[in-house]
Amino acid sequence: MLEIRGIHSYYGQAHILTDVSLTLSKGEIVVLLGRNGAGKSTTIKSIMGMVRVTEGSIAYDGEEVLGEPANRIARRGLGYVPEERRIFTRLSVQENLDCGRQPAREGTRNWTADDMFDLFPNLAEARHRPGGTLSGGEQQMLTIARTLMGNPGCILLDEPSEGLAPVVVEQIIKVVKEIKAQGIPVLLSEQNLYFAGLVSDRAYVIETGHIRYEGSMRELEENDEVRQQYLAV
Amino acid sequence: MGVYLAQFLSGLASASALFLAASGLSIIFGVTRVVNFAHGSFYMLGAYFGYSLVRNLGGGALGFWVALLIASIAVGLVGLLVEVIILRRLYKAPELFQLIATFGVILVIQDVVFWYWGAENLLGPRAPGLSGIVRIFDVPMPVYDLALIAIGPLVLLGLWLLFNRTRWGVLVRAATEDREMVGALGVNQSLLFTGVFVLGSALAGLGGAIQLPKGDANLLMDFGILAEVFVVTVVGGMGSIFGAFLAAVLISELNTFGILVWPNGTLVLMFILMAVILIVRPTGLLGRPETIGQKTETGPVEVVLPAGPHYKIFVAVVIALLALLPLLVDDFILVLVTDILVLALFATSLHFLMSTGGLVSFGHAAFYGGGAYAAALLVTYAATPFELALLLAPFGAGLLALVIGWFCVRLSGVYFAMLTLAFAQVAWSVVFQWSDVTNGDDGLLGIWPAAWASGTATYYYVAFVVAAAGIFLIRRVVFAPFGYGLRATRDSSLRAAAIGIDIKRQQLAAFVFAGVMAGLAGGLFAFSKGSVFPDEMSIPRSFDALLMVLLGGIESLSGPVVGAAAFTWLHDELITFEYWRLLLGVVIVALVLLFPQGLGGAARHHVGRYLKLEASPGDLRSATPKREQRA
Ligand SMILES: Nc1ncnc2c1ncn2[C@@H]1O[C@H](COP(=O)(O)OP(=O)(O)OP(=O)(O)O)[C@@H](O)[C@H]1O
Ligand SMILES: [Mg+2]
Repeated sequence: MLEIRGIHSYYGQAHILTDVSLTLSKGEIVVLLGRNGAGKSTTIKSIMGMVRVTEGSIAYDGEEVLGEPANRIARRGLGYVPEERRIFTRLSVQENLDCGRQPAREGTRNWTADDMFDLFPNLAEARHRPGGTLSGGEQQMLTIARTLMGNPGCILLDEPSEGLAPVVVEQIIKVVKEIKAQGIPVLLSEQNLYFAGLVSDRAYVIETGHIRYEGSMRELEENDEVRQQYLAV
Repeated sequence: MGVYLAQFLSGLASASALFLAASGLSIIFGVTRVVNFAHGSFYMLGAYFGYSLVRNLGGGALGFWVALLIASIAVGLVGLLVEVIILRRLYKAPELFQLIATFGVILVIQDVVFWYWGAENLLGPRAPGLSGIVRIFDVPMPVYDLALIAIGPLVLLGLWLLFNRTRWGVLVRAATEDREMVGALGVNQSLLFTGVFVLGSALAGLGGAIQLPKGDANLLMDFGILAEVFVVTVVGGMGSIFGAFLAAVLISELNTFGILVWPNGTLVLMFILMAVILIVRPTGLLGRPETIGQKTETGPVEVVLPAGPHYKIFVAVVIALLALLPLLVDDFILVLVTDILVLALFATSLHFLMSTGGLVSFGHAAFYGGGAYAAALLVTYAATPFELALLLAPFGAGLLALVIGWFCVRLSGVYFAMLTLAFAQVAWSVVFQWSDVTNGDDGLLGIWPAAWASGTATYYYVAFVVAAAGIFLIRRVVFAPFGYGLRATRDSSLRAAAIGIDIKRQQLAAFVFAGVMAGLAGGLFAFSKGSVFPDEMSIPRSFDALLMVLLGGIESLSGPVVGAAAFTWLHDELITFEYWRLLLGVVIVALVLLFPQGLGGAARHHVGRYLKLEASPGDLRSATPKREQRA
């Protein structure tokens, strides 16, 4: 579904990712684990065409997307949920969802705003409130819902549990499972091993821009050495 | 009572056109982060298009309004061309280049209008069916004013519906907050930007067209409205359409009532209003501070290095050559080189402000012209001797810079640029209109140097010594503690503030210093030509200086000197054509599109490294603060 081969990414002159490869197959949830500044967000932004990538290849559905602008990549069906949430603070919840709306794609579910309000009851109540007045947890839900409105065929979810209360994390876990139940693959970036363990099938560990480990989630949970060396747990 | 009501309504009527233009600028800036300096030209085009269309569509009421609408759409199409051909390529470039490119567009439009419609003011047609007068409390009031009063709020309502009730409008608002995110959601930003630019241009065009029955179409209206629009935007708050409306009404009312109370003081009243608002709310009445996703890039900022050994030899050779020049060439060349020296000082002063201070001024000619007028007025009214007048000229300019700078340093980035342009336009208007003192457009004549300095070669030496001393002084300041402090402020104002630098005060000092140096150049200029005209203060003159800096490359201290020479040559080549503005405009746009690092920058990049014209970073004992990498 999504196949990344040997990419090198830069912010200006700073070389951030070195030879990063990873794959994501249909129906799978794959987590990218790593400490602060390891390069998780950069990997996801590279896929979305939001960071300069000089080498390698990024194929989605068998087609090369490297070099395309972000909006084209999104149109292909890659849904991006940014770590900073980046909801539109002056737009109402409903308007935020409208911004994410895209025509239905073949083989994906056609989500509507009402589906979102079913999935995230909190948002239904806040429908007409400006995004900026929502709590952190509500904003995280809104940013996921906004991306789902684009009927993505694959979702890139950047640290959704960051800074959220355990109750809210539970809710997010429910949603990720619901997405998985729809057969939509997710590339998740996380520092929270507990969260990752609950939803992920496979895991990659990234450190200073290099992929250091790759394996099933179960294997990683049993591998103390890797966890201690790269994940500080 | 009736008089006041009538006056109030007349203020509302003149607010409408201003509001339309200002809202267009605001909408364009909100999404594209480009301040469209050609916005005033779009307004002017709207007036000219409207004039011709009304004449061709017959005298009926329907024809009249259809004509205005078509004029507005036509201006929207011009906006489309400008966006697709020029701006689209520059959204990622530093804002300075965007502004310069839109200035090129101003020049092109000016000459196209001049070519097609001529230089005469075209009196606006009356609006059929609305040309009469109504009496309100016995005070006569043009009916068309009532139509204008209705148009402003109607357009405001229309815009509100567009931005709140359509998906396109919602996307535009979203892009105003975070355009990258909008793109990541699958929205084609290019289309959105183009659409917004067309809408904004059409609004400016409509503004120019609807004011026709009250006024006229003329070649000066582009800069006139631009300055007013900038003031409205600064007062109302950038990006807020309601703010633009409020500010347009406020300023128009201030003007109409101000005339009753203090006929010659409306400009002063406007300043007081602006001062109060800038102090109480620096972001304007309804403006919001910028959020992270929308910070605009400031100009290109590079590390400026002290001279390397080869460079010093190079400069010494150039100085020696210049010193011997009168022995080598004829008077014609000497006059030309005198011009270049004067402009080199002018450009260097602006370059100092831009590169060391990080403040891109679009009104620097106010101080060049200010110095020239200070000298000329001293000679004309106080019979001041040449030497004293030349000495006092920079102080006159410095005083002006102190007043203008006091306002401007409260803002930063494009807001600073807008405000400097607005003030320079005001300074120009004062000189242009105050003919009792300044002789207006006829200028002040007979400003000659003392007998001892009046020979071509002697005056050349005067200009050479003064300009070289000025440039050398600026260079010293760049590498003095003050210069380093300025650069620290430019690179990270937060950190500079943290180590105890009073940012505003320091920027004001830089602004005044640059103004003083520009005034010195202006004084030299006045005595070299024997006359001064308002042109020396005009916005095009400010842009000349920017162009020189740009031609020479901003990252080098010698850039402006090279730029002044290149500019003088280019200007002399072009001026022989009737439509030289058009050519210059095209050249500017082409330069910006082809060399987004500046011409000198590109040349130096290839040659400079090789010739070691600048010290290598290792030669520096005190570390120059380097600008942090941006994403
Ligand atoms: N806009 C930027 N400009 C320059 N460097 C950046 C930028 N964003 C991130 N970096 C650098 O790139 C490296 C990787 O950052 P990235 O955001 O990918 O880390 P991350 O794994 O997502 O960390 P976190 O858990 O903190 O989100 C870091 O060293 C960071 O300092
Ligand atoms: Mg991250």
